[in-house]
Amino acid sequence: MTEPPSSLEDDLGERGPAPQASVPEPLPQGRWQRLVAVVAVPVASIVLALIAASVLIIVSSPAAEGSIDWTLPLAAYGALLQGAFGGPTEIINTLVATAPLILTGLAVGVGFKAGLFNIGGTGQVLIGGFTAAVVGAALADSSPWVACPVAVIAGCLAGAFYGFIPGFLKAFTGAHEVVTTIMLNSIAAFFISAIVNDVLRAPGYTFARTADVGNAALPHIGSGAFNIGVLIAFALVPVAYWLLWKTTLGFEIRTVGANPSAARYAGMSPRRLIVLTLSLCGLFAGLAGVLQILGVVGFYPATYGTAIGFDGIAVALLGRAHPVGILFSALLFGAMRAGSGLMQIQADVPIEIIDVIQAVILFFLAADVIVRKLFRLRVARAGVDEVQTVTRSYGEQAVG
Amino acid sequence: MSDEVIAPALEMRGITKRYPGVVANDGIDLEVHPGEIHALLGENGAGKSTLMNILYGLATPDEGEILLDGEPITISSPADAIARGISMVHQHFMLVPVLTVADNIVLGDETMANPIFLDRREAREKIVELGQRFGFEIDPNAKVESLSVGWQQRVEILKALYREARILVLDEPTAVLTPQETTEIFAVLRRLADEGHSIIFISHKLYEVLEVADRITVIRRGKVVGSRRPDETDEDDLAELMVGREVQLTVDRGVSHPGATVLSVEGLVVRDDRHHEAVRGVDFELRAGEILGIAGVAGNGQDELVEAITGLRKPAAGTVMLGDEDVTHAGVREMREAGVGFVPGDRQRFGLVLSFPVEDNLVLTTYHRKPFSRGMVVDDDEISRWARQAIDDYDIRTPSEDVPCGTLSGGNQQKAIVAREFGQDLRVLVLDQPTRGLDVGSIEFIHRQVIEMRDRGTGILLISAELDEVLELSDRVAVMYRGEVVSMVDGPTANREDVGLLMATGGRGDTSTAAEQAS
Repeated sequence: MTEPPSSLEDDLGERGPAPQASVPEPLPQGRWQRLVAVVAVPVASIVLALIAASVLIIVSSPAAEGSIDWTLPLAAYGALLQGAFGGPTEIINTLVATAPLILTGLAVGVGFKAGLFNIGGTGQVLIGGFTAAVVGAALADSSPWVACPVAVIAGCLAGAFYGFIPGFLKAFTGAHEVVTTIMLNSIAAFFISAIVNDVLRAPGYTFARTADVGNAALPHIGSGAFNIGVLIAFALVPVAYWLLWKTTLGFEIRTVGANPSAARYAGMSPRRLIVLTLSLCGLFAGLAGVLQILGVVGFYPATYGTAIGFDGIAVALLGRAHPVGILFSALLFGAMRAGSGLMQIQADVPIEIIDVIQAVILFFLAADVIVRKLFRLRVARAGVDEVQTVTRSYGEQAVG
Repeated sequence: MSDEVIAPALEMRGITKRYPGVVANDGIDLEVHPGEIHALLGENGAGKSTLMNILYGLATPDEGEILLDGEPITISSPADAIARGISMVHQHFMLVPVLTVADNIVLGDETMANPIFLDRREAREKIVELGQRFGFEIDPNAKVESLSVGWQQRVEILKALYREARILVLDEPTAVLTPQETTEIFAVLRRLADEGHSIIFISHKLYEVLEVADRITVIRRGKVVGSRRPDETDEDDLAELMVGREVQLTVDRGVSHPGATVLSVEGLVVRDDRHHEAVRGVDFELRAGEILGIAGVAGNGQDELVEAITGLRKPAAGTVMLGDEDVTHAGVREMREAGVGFVPGDRQRFGLVLSFPVEDNLVLTTYHRKPFSRGMVVDDDEISRWARQAIDDYDIRTPSEDVPCGTLSGGNQQKAIVAREFGQDLRVLVLDQPTRGLDVGSIEFIHRQVIEMRDRGTGILLISAELDEVLELSDRVAVMYRGEVVSMVDGPTANREDVGLLMATGGRGDTSTAAEQAS
């Protein structure tokens, strides 16, 4: 006659983050051992990806060289390094390419900490950049002291709002953020494109684009591409760290991500935190768009498309959702982007090989058992929660 | 069972199993004879489970050998163990609720009538026959979900018998049973033993072990520290062997001095997740400095009652008052701020974040208060200081305050929750299964803390599936049956059997008949 004991389910938790995963294995005690335990798999994945890409480069070398060239990978990676760090200009280009990746990486990583998978980086980047472009163009002739900050803040808020939408939907209707953010990506791209093609099209250009942002452009430092937005992006790394580990909000975010049931028991409001976290994610991604438009492009072209939103997922996964990890993985991907041009010129290896490396890194991160076997890593399976969030999100969609 | 002539049915010799940093089993010898009920007694983490996992093929010993009827064997998997006649009845039943008894029993060992269809008829006949042989008649066509916990356990035992188990391991079989069900299952076990089966009975309840076992082996820190026959030992002796020091088994509850009413519940109706009324009109009052126990078989509305009182679940009707304040619709945070502490029944799911360090878990419900944070900023030093203090005061065994909480033993995890909740200024403390699965030493410690909280003037609501715990600590005991409080009895004078019967039947009329039936 006994009814099965009913469980206390967080009313939105039924489809939300699953209760906490397996008991973690004890991390090794010493500081260094802990660092090694956390970093081992990502580093091993990078090495494996570079090896895998070498094979691809060798196999495809006849197309470029006419015959198999065993040394081509070395030449390609050499050129890549030189293109990324070969001189002051190259380093500046790397930093400029890194900055938005840090932000979109944080936009995904902070979500991971709360057990959320924000795939909406792309849409949030576009909305943020577009808003900054429109506000910037409107203020193009005002004082830079007004125009620039107002445009930046407007873009950030727009991005945050675009993160708020999936957050609200998840918290109050249970709609899964993976589904809603993917849809919102398309909505942002086509909606903006339609507007720029029509209503906001600036006269006097051969293609559809908004007017110049003029004085709202981010001030450049020196003569190169280095703008103040790069500093902002790098400065947000310690800010994100502080937020996640030194504030009550961060404590709540991490608790909801690790064990939503315990969060509710402790008196936290998972609903509020889901909305807040996704808004914060949107803010980071929105700022990435702002930096691109106000710092690099200077206007918003109707055909504007960017990979930085999706690259943020790779950055966050490789960086294990930790701000410092995200900084380093953004640097890696930024350097590869910046250096790939020289690689193509010098070694005749197509730029797309960068995407292959990035994808293979992700592959090994997700299939970390392979990496452990190959390198005989005996470190604890610590910090793979992010991958779990990803697989869990997809799994849930598949099941219902 | 002093037959030295017959070879033991099972012999484990010098079993040693090392895990990094610990020796879980250190040269354990165990002999189990045919027809013997052999109790394995030990605290959590003493090495009982490791030993049984080795026997069941889930772990490989580093040293030592296993002999079955005098023949050395190796067991490499549970399938291997089952094939050799060794079966395990787990604490958490491994049954499929929507399948019938027969289907559950044959699952994994199906007989085929032809290459496509199962032979259900033969299975059913065999099950009925087995049941009759061991004194419990069971309908093989009943759905498992319609059975009580006690009967589900019998299905588990039948499952083992169906696979012709000769050695049956039962892991804390009575943890989920009422006293009556326990008595019944003991009769079944005795019958099995009389038929020549060997039974290994894992428990931490001393009086049960004394009641049912032919021989008791006590394990402490991976070693056998003693082996006794029930007639040559008693509870105090066993407890001392188990813990390694003298233990006070029943807490000195002293005298309580109930004060003003701190919590009053009136006409409370709470629906469960499927919108059924799990709590159906409950009234009670809890006074300061008093322990009110709630006894009941699991699943009679206790969970929902607790959730409604702590703000986790909104009541459908009725009121909850904290002093003069109506808190019926208050959320968890409001209840906590109003001075309600809560030790949840499922510590790993609700009480802790296992991946977080111990120190963070020690402030999981208080992190937003001074001195742990100021405004939005968390004060790590203050948290660490309090954590070290709590680890000291509550004897939480952990290498340091910053190891993940999931690496602690169950008892120490529970102590961490207790330290956190008891360390606050509370008007009302809700304790849901405060000592579930803990060893004697930890139970003793937590019980003393509970009494101390009571004496500090906190009103304590104690919900426990352990009737003994409820009776031992409570000033008054409310018996819950199908969502209602069917009886309120005086704790110190309550009769265990009467309350047990009330739990099982709800009283069905007046208590006197229930008492008569029990005697």
